[in-house]
Formats: sequence, C-alpha cells, structure tokens
Amino acid sequence: MIRIDRAGHWFRPDRWLFRDLSFALAPSEVTAILGPNGAGKTTLLRAVCGTLSLREGAVNAEAQIGYVPQALQADHAYNAIDMVLLGRSRYLGRFNSPGRKDKARARECLHEVGLSAVAEQRYDRLSGGQRQLVLLARALASDCSILVLDEPASALDLANQGIVLRLIQRLARTRELAVLLTTHHPDHALGIADKTLLMLRDAEHLYGPAGSVLTEENLARMYGVPVRRVEVHSGDETISAIVPLHGLSRTEPASIANG
Amino acid sequence: MTQDLVQRQTTFEATPINPGAWLPIALYAGLSLALIAALLWSMASGRYQVPFTHVIGILAAHVMDVTPTWTPTERIVVEVVRLPRVLTAAIAGAGLSLCGAVLQGLFRNPLVGPQTIGVSSGAALGGVAAILFFGFGIFVQFGAFVGAAAALLAVLAIHRSDSHSPILTLVLAGVVVSAFCSALVGLLTYIADPETKLPDIVFWLLGSFAAATWWKLLLLSVCTAIAGVVLIGMRWRINVLSLGDEDARTLGVHPARDRLILLTATCLAISAQVGVSGTIGWVGLVIPNLARIIVGADHRRLLPISTLMGAVFLVVADTLARDLTAAEIPVGIVTAIVGTPVFAYLLRRNATSKTP
Repeated sequence: MIRIDRAGHWFRPDRWLFRDLSFALAPSEVTAILGPNGAGKTTLLRAVCGTLSLREGAVNAEAQIGYVPQALQADHAYNAIDMVLLGRSRYLGRFNSPGRKDKARARECLHEVGLSAVAEQRYDRLSGGQRQLVLLARALASDCSILVLDEPASALDLANQGIVLRLIQRLARTRELAVLLTTHHPDHALGIADKTLLMLRDAEHLYGPAGSVLTEENLARMYGVPVRRVEVHSGDETISAIVPLHGLSRTEPASIANG
Repeated sequence: MTQDLVQRQTTFEATPINPGAWLPIALYAGLSLALIAALLWSMASGRYQVPFTHVIGILAAHVMDVTPTWTPTERIVVEVVRLPRVLTAAIAGAGLSLCGAVLQGLFRNPLVGPQTIGVSSGAALGGVAAILFFGFGIFVQFGAFVGAAAALLAVLAIHRSDSHSPILTLVLAGVVVSAFCSALVGLLTYIADPETKLPDIVFWLLGSFAAATWWKLLLLSVCTAIAGVVLIGMRWRINVLSLGDEDARTLGVHPARDRLILLTATCLAISAQVGVSGTIGWVGLVIPNLARIIVGADHRRLLPISTLMGAVFLVVADTLARDLTAAEIPVGIVTAIVGTPVFAYLLRRNATSKTP
C-alpha cells in the first residue's frame, strides 16, 4: 500500500536523522514509531505525507493518505463539524464549497469517533481529547486508506488515551486502514501496534513485529534509561507494560546513556 | 449516574437550538434592508435637504411612471451629485471589508487589515507617483495597484525572515512598510509643483468620496466585482488556508498558488478603492472583526456578511462626514474616530484570549 525505500534525511549535513530506512505498511496493520526527542519521528511522518522531500530514498504511496496532526493548537474557531468537513477539501475545486454529500460524509465520520453531540460546538472550546478525535474524523472524511498520526495520545489523560488508541485499532481493522503513528509510550505500541520502528541515536533503527522489537535491551539502548518489561494480569487478559527504572531507585541514568 | 447527568446537562446547554437555518437568512435580509435605508438616507440628507419620498420618486421614475412632485434642482442633487457618491462609498466599503476578512483569514491574524499590512500605504504611494508623473486618470488606478502589490511583497519578504512570532512580525512588517511608503509620499509631495500638482495630491490623499463620478464608480465597480467573485468564490479555500500551510498541504490543497490568486484579487480591490477615493483606514480591519463576532469564523458566512456590513458602515460614515459640520470633513477621519477605539478593544480582547 505504501513503501518507504532507503529513506534518509538531515537538517545539518554532518548529522543524519535517519538513513537507509525501509519499511512498508499493509492494510489493517498498525505500525508504531518510537524514538527519543529529536530522533526524526515527525520528520519521517512529514516525508511519508509528502510535505517534506527526503535527501535520500523515496516514499511510494499507492493510496490516499489522511494525516492527523497533534491537537495542541486550539486557535481555530470553526465548529467541530466544519473542521471535519475540511477533510473533504481535496475533492473540491478551487471555487467549490462542500455540498450535501460532503456534509453527510463529515457527519458520518464525526459519528464514527463518537462526537455527534458536539458537532455544532466550536473546535477551540472542545477538550484536548475531543479535538484529537475531531482531527481523526477529519482524516477519515478524506476517504483515506492510509492513516498517519503524530503522537495521537500524547496530550491526553489516561482514560482518553485508551479511548483514542482503541478507536485507532478498531478503525484499522474495520476500515482496513494502514495506520502509522508516533508515540512516546512503548506501552501504547505494545498495546495496539503490529509492527514497530525504533529510531535510535546515530541514524540507526530497528524494525519488526512489535513484540520482538520492544525488548528491554532495545528500549534501554534507545532511551538511554534501563527499563523492565512487566506483565500485569487483569481477569483473563495479560497486559504488557514498560517501566523505566529512573527516578525511583535514584540511579544516575547518564552513566548508562549510549551504552 | 450523577456525573452522567451533569455531563448530559452541560452538553445540552452548550448546544443551542441550531441557529444555522434561519440566522444567515435573517442577517442577509436585515443587512440588505439596512443598506437600502442607509443609501436613501444618505441621498436625502445634506446641506440641501431632499424629502425622503422625493428621493424614492426620483429613483423610481427611471423604471416606472411617477408624477414628479420634486423640483428639478432636487433631481440634479440626487442623481448627479449624490447617487454616484453613495454608490461609490457602498462599493468601497464592501470591497475593503471583504479584503480585510480575506487577509485576516489568510494570515490567521485578526489584527490584519488593508491598512495594517501596508497595502493601503503602498497604493497611496503608487497613486501619488502616478499623479506626479502622469497626471490624473487611469494611471492613478494602475499606479495604486502596482504600489499595493509591491508593498504586500515587501511585507511578506520581511515576515518570512522571522517565523518565531508570526502574528506580531506581520503587523510590525506592515508598520515598517507603511512608514517607508509614507516617507516616500512625503518626499513626492515635497518635490511636487505647488501650483499644479500639489493640490491634486493633497486632496486625493485625504480620502474622500466628494469627487465621485460615474466614470470612477464604473472603474471601482468592475475591479471590486472581479475581486469579489474570486474572493467569495474561494471562501472554502480560505477556510483551508487559515489552518496553516502544513495542514492545508496534508488536506490536499497547494497553498502557494491559491494564496497568490487571493492576494492579487485583494490588491485589485484595495487599489481600486484607493485610486478612486484615497486611503480610507480602519474599515477593512474593524468590520470583519465585528462580523466574526456575529456569524463566527467560517468564511462561507463571514465573507458575504462582512461585505454587506462594510457597505452599510461606509455609507453611514460618509454621510456623517458630509453632514456633521458645515464644512465637509474627510471620511477617513470619521472611520478613524470610530475604528481606533474598536481596534484597541479587539487588541485587548485578543491579548487576553490568547493567555487563558
């Protein structure tokens, strides 16, 4: 559906953010990108969406991409339904406004994320979680088959993180979407991702099935902090969680950094 | 259970009875009536009072048989002196407010207007240069357009060099370019021949509809109509562009070309207004903000409402400028007296809303 081929990029020629990066997204599959701050996660997403041209390599997308930015800014005073309607823009000519069908589609997508009740409320007066869902609905309204999300859960509280992530996982299955998201939480990747890409320091990376890539060694190497992977049993469900060993035991993380 | 109830209650309260259906229609109808009333009032009032019924009769006589109850002088005052003037004021106000709303959307900044962004000053400079070197006529129009476009390019060039506080830099870049243009206008008026050119320039710069003629009205109407069709036609695109370039691109819209079209149309309308009646400030800044408070930020509604409100406002302002004192005061002074306090209020409102 979409293939990233030997991608490489830098902002300063002496420092590659990533290089020789290749992976593919398949329908109904969730891929998570993890990496420390400044590792180039957002840059890679921009390259995938085509808003940034790579120094090396290529992105071959065979289908429509829907992009969900972080809902940090709230300076748009449009109604929620109109924000979703903006997702229809790629199908509208320069002098066209959305018609009846576009509006119906937007209502459908807002309903799909469970926000029909706030359709006529202003986007900038919604909560952070609701704004994130509106932006998700906006991407869905563009009838995309690839969904790219920039830290969809980072600004949300625990309950909303669960709602948004479960919704993303469900959409991937029911709509057969290829999903690519970045996150700072290895737990989220363990929870919903099929494949995981770890962006390490020095332009290195690891890519593979989420379960086998998200090991204690790899995560410790990536973040420069020792971590433990623990399993929590809740009823007949087993939940994997990653626990960083900083702060609590007062060990100095700096001594472990960079292996 | 209680929490669920509280939640439902707030949702219910925050969702008013959908005003979407009737509000715009009532607004359009109300504003259209207000515009007609303002036009008639403007034609009736002045140093030479013409009764309201006579004004209507004089205008109606063009389309149907009306027994004249008015004097020939009244007819000349209404048809030759006042009609082109009030129509010019209405179209100029409409164009300025429309352009202001578009610029505010494009630059994601409610403090932007034809004047704050330097376009009006650039047009004034171009117009003065045209009067000085070529004399009055179509050259003024052309000079104003070139000046407006050059000023806008300069503002964008300064703006692009600093992306840290885009809202502030844009306004400051406008101030800088305006100051530069004003200095050049000062230089040109200084070297202009005080016997022949200077009175023309000074009178034009003051900003007035007193010299309105059918020919100027035609020129203004054509330019404003072309710009208006483009700008209102692209109202949804302005919604997309107002999200910022990155978002617009991911939504499948290429911002650069759309913005060029919109800015060119804006320059056309503003320079046409400046060419016909000199710089008139504050209309294009204040009216779109008032319109936004009434109908919200969606440009599908904001642009037409702002256009209508601007037309009403400038007709009223021009009538006041004509009638308040024995000698006519320039309309730019009236719009500034009304506009500056409103602008100060908006500035404060904007500052407080940005820091919750």
